[in-house]
Amino acid sequence: MSRSVTASFLAGLLFGLGLILSGMANPAKVLGFLDLAGAWDPSLALVMVGAIAVAMVAFRLASRRQHSLLAEPMRLPGKGDIDRRLVLGGLGFGIGWGLAGFCPGPALVALGAGELKAAVFVAAMLAGMAWFELLERPPARAA
Amino acid sequence: MLQLDLAAFTPASSLAGGIFIGLAAAMLILLNGRIAGISGIVGGLLRPVHGDISWRLAFTAGLMLAPLLWATVSALPAIRIDAGFPVLIVAGLLVGISVRYGAGCTSGHGVCGLSRLSPRSLVATLAFMCSGFATVFVVRHLIGG
Repeated sequence: MSRSVTASFLAGLLFGLGLILSGMANPAKVLGFLDLAGAWDPSLALVMVGAIAVAMVAFRLASRRQHSLLAEPMRLPGKGDIDRRLVLGGLGFGIGWGLAGFCPGPALVALGAGELKAAVFVAAMLAGMAWFELLERPPARAA
Repeated sequence: MLQLDLAAFTPASSLAGGIFIGLAAAMLILLNGRIAGISGIVGGLLRPVHGDISWRLAFTAGLMLAPLLWATVSALPAIRIDAGFPVLIVAGLLVGISVRYGAGCTSGHGVCGLSRLSPRSLVATLAFMCSGFATVFVVRHLIGG
């Protein structure tokens, strides 16, 4: 197994531990943040603050490099347009997030914890992603 | 008026968990040159490109194994999923298609994008935060209230 694959695995593990520690693997807690009109739990905002404070330094360092420390190409997103897709995608994602209290990372962590409902959400999410692929890149038809 | 739920608020562990997430994103970009966007990492598996699969699988496996590692040290915190199966299916489909259409979710746009000061990610994050707030308001206070 290459070093970069090992690094990916460890990053995923750390990410998952962070989601558990922060309470964000629990949809009830996420919904407590999204429910501004109820008893509001601001915890999610602090998760963002902690994550961004650290990641911001890393992305600054990364933006000055052509290659990663393991000699992989540095793949930073370019300056894309702020278009209808971006806004509609964001709005649609927020609706699903608000309905279930799950976004993709926490759903995968909850699935790993053996939650049946998380498995159902993840299966539907993968179907949604596959649906996008079909719409975006229809399989080539035989001539 | 905004009412704080101080009993539920976990400032220390949420900030610490956030720092873990930031370190994970830092690791992935500095070691592998990749953005820690979960929907992009998982979505890319559904459009497999040769040589671009194993790191995605490894990250996803790490994410899913985190609860098992946690459980070897300490009891796993409760996971409460109130939504029923039909709602979970609708929500999952909507999340799956939307995060690919909008090119990111809470991790890719919310954490990594905002850390890069990307205007695109700021717009996306505002969009999903606003529709998330609105959805919970409708579900809990208009329909359920």
